[in-house]
Amino acid sequence: MTKQEALFNYTLRLADTNLILGQRLSEWTGVGPFLEEDLALTNIALDIIGTATALYEYAAKIEGKGRTADDLAYLRTDREFYNPKLVEQPNGDYAKTIVRQVIMDSFDFYFYTALTKSKDETLAGIAQKAIKETTYHLRHTSSWIERFGDGTEESHQRAQNAINELWQFTGELFEVDEADTLFVKEGIAVDVTAFKATWEKHINDIITKSTLTVPQNVFMQTGSRKGIHTEYLAYILLEMQALPRMYPGAKW
Amino acid sequence: MENNKFESQFEAKLANNDVIEPKDWMPENYRKHLIRQISQHAHSEIVGMLPEGNWITRAPSLRSKVVLLAKVQDEGGHGLYLYTAAETLGVSRDELLDNLLTGKAKYSSIFNYPTLTWADMGAVGWLVDGAAIMNQVMLQRTSYGPYSRAMIRICKEESFHQRQGYEIMTRMAFGTPEQKAMAQDALNRWWFPSMMMFGPPDAESPNSENALKWRIKRETNDQLRQKFVNQTVPQAEYLGLTMPDPNIKWNEDKKGYDYSDPDWTEFKNVISGNGPCNKERLAARNKAHNDGAWVREAANAFAKKRKEVYEAA
Amino acid sequence: MKDNQGPLWEIFLQKKAGQPYVHCGSLHAYDKEMAIQNARDLYTRRQEATAIWAVPANAIVASSPEDIGPFFEPANDKVYRHPTFYQIPDAIGPM
Repeated sequence: MTKQEALFNYTLRLADTNLILGQRLSEWTGVGPFLEEDLALTNIALDIIGTATALYEYAAKIEGKGRTADDLAYLRTDREFYNPKLVEQPNGDYAKTIVRQVIMDSFDFYFYTALTKSKDETLAGIAQKAIKETTYHLRHTSSWIERFGDGTEESHQRAQNAINELWQFTGELFEVDEADTLFVKEGIAVDVTAFKATWEKHINDIITKSTLTVPQNVFMQTGSRKGIHTEYLAYILLEMQALPRMYPGAKW
Repeated sequence: MENNKFESQFEAKLANNDVIEPKDWMPENYRKHLIRQISQHAHSEIVGMLPEGNWITRAPSLRSKVVLLAKVQDEGGHGLYLYTAAETLGVSRDELLDNLLTGKAKYSSIFNYPTLTWADMGAVGWLVDGAAIMNQVMLQRTSYGPYSRAMIRICKEESFHQRQGYEIMTRMAFGTPEQKAMAQDALNRWWFPSMMMFGPPDAESPNSENALKWRIKRETNDQLRQKFVNQTVPQAEYLGLTMPDPNIKWNEDKKGYDYSDPDWTEFKNVISGNGPCNKERLAARNKAHNDGAWVREAANAFAKKRKEVYEAA
Repeated sequence: MKDNQGPLWEIFLQKKAGQPYVHCGSLHAYDKEMAIQNARDLYTRRQEATAIWAVPANAIVASSPEDIGPFFEPANDKVYRHPTFYQIPDAIGPM
């Protein structure tokens, strides 16, 4: 793998992560739990899809083969998507959506903070915008976790179920491969191992402050780095990519 | 006697183009008319999120996805502004939502039509928002202050909606033959339902007379409909699309286009619950509301535990 | 438990530092943190503000239309509160 290919893959994986998460969040628009929150979650979806777009544009440029950001988003198969399995998990009830989101927001908070220092100026620039957005997302979702944890018995139970169910997907966020290690050395990529402990403490604080519990000794799922996903991703893409695939060559 | 004095003050204000504010005395019928009209308008925005929301996850490009998301979100915001305007008249959000969810309240019949292809996202923005904006521009000068302020904010934000729709139509109409066919089909299906959005002909409009008298409305249904036709025909010509009404013809005398009336029997059917999507729309709103009940309860319980108790309005 | 949409809040925005806070509308929220977040998500989608006040609607005390006469009209004849009431020689220039 050339360095260019490795940077392409790195950028693409970040783009996929944001797009699939944004796609999931956008399923809530119009059917949120109440009007004000419907708008708030849509803002988060918009931010995240915006970040995905910037990353796809950069990936397309790195690749330099004439593929556009839309081509990357709409014309790759599920085996060519590299997002962590966490973000493709179904929305479930609002507790599951918020738990999935607070995990990603807290992870992204450290991830994009570190990426702002990347020697790759484009990635650093994208991170600078993303970190402001993420900081707000985290404030929003962690306040909801608190409301759920310390709200009613039902909301507490729903939030705890969601944490128990989703925790097995948190391991992938900290996986590191050879290309990552190389890029970390060069100051381009983020060393996720460097903030793993801080993140664990942070998310643990958010969850315990909400009277909820982080499950212990969870077996961690893996595979997304090889493009091996849960069964959900293929359905997401089938829906998302329907039009460009049904009408090849059409411009939208 | 006392009432008469207030009534003449109220009418003097209207005659003077003054604005009525929530605490001002107002005739009970004026209040009722406003609650009905503002809440119908709000419900229309909220139900209107569904037919467009239908295509968010299938938007065919990254750009069109964020644009559609932002647009549907705006509609939610507009519903919200309008609900709070209605609340100044002494009705609660709960009551308003309850009226919608139980089918007691009406909303614009246009949202009971299905969005079948991506071109419908174009047609809805171009025609449905185009028609809505005509009404809304007029309503910025409505006599009730909170309604007028909500409409001013809404019009400012809506200005991109119609352009977004027309842009999609342009891409479709000048795209592949399949896309152009989709655009024509969307125009065919949305034209007459959009024409119905201005309400029944003036001669048969039961609420128009009061609405005009009270300066809630400033132009009649037929006046607005004519404006809409005049605006839309050249836009369709530019796209190279055929208006689905053979009677559309320029009339030099009235400096406007002649046109056929929509099928008012169909209009009545859709309004009374027999449109193609009435049941789905209401079911979707009810499902969202019921699924969200535990979330609202949790937020409520949490605020109480934190002793953040504000009187529910 | 009775379902409800939470209490009503009045939202004021400051466009940028130095300018007054202006009422922009209302919303529902169950607690303070939610009120300020909802205000941000609803009323600043187009960069309308750099600061927000959220006030529980029931905390606002308002004058009523009957007050217009006694409250505000007595200020009508206090022309001496305005600078144009005073005559300054032209030679002095603007003051």
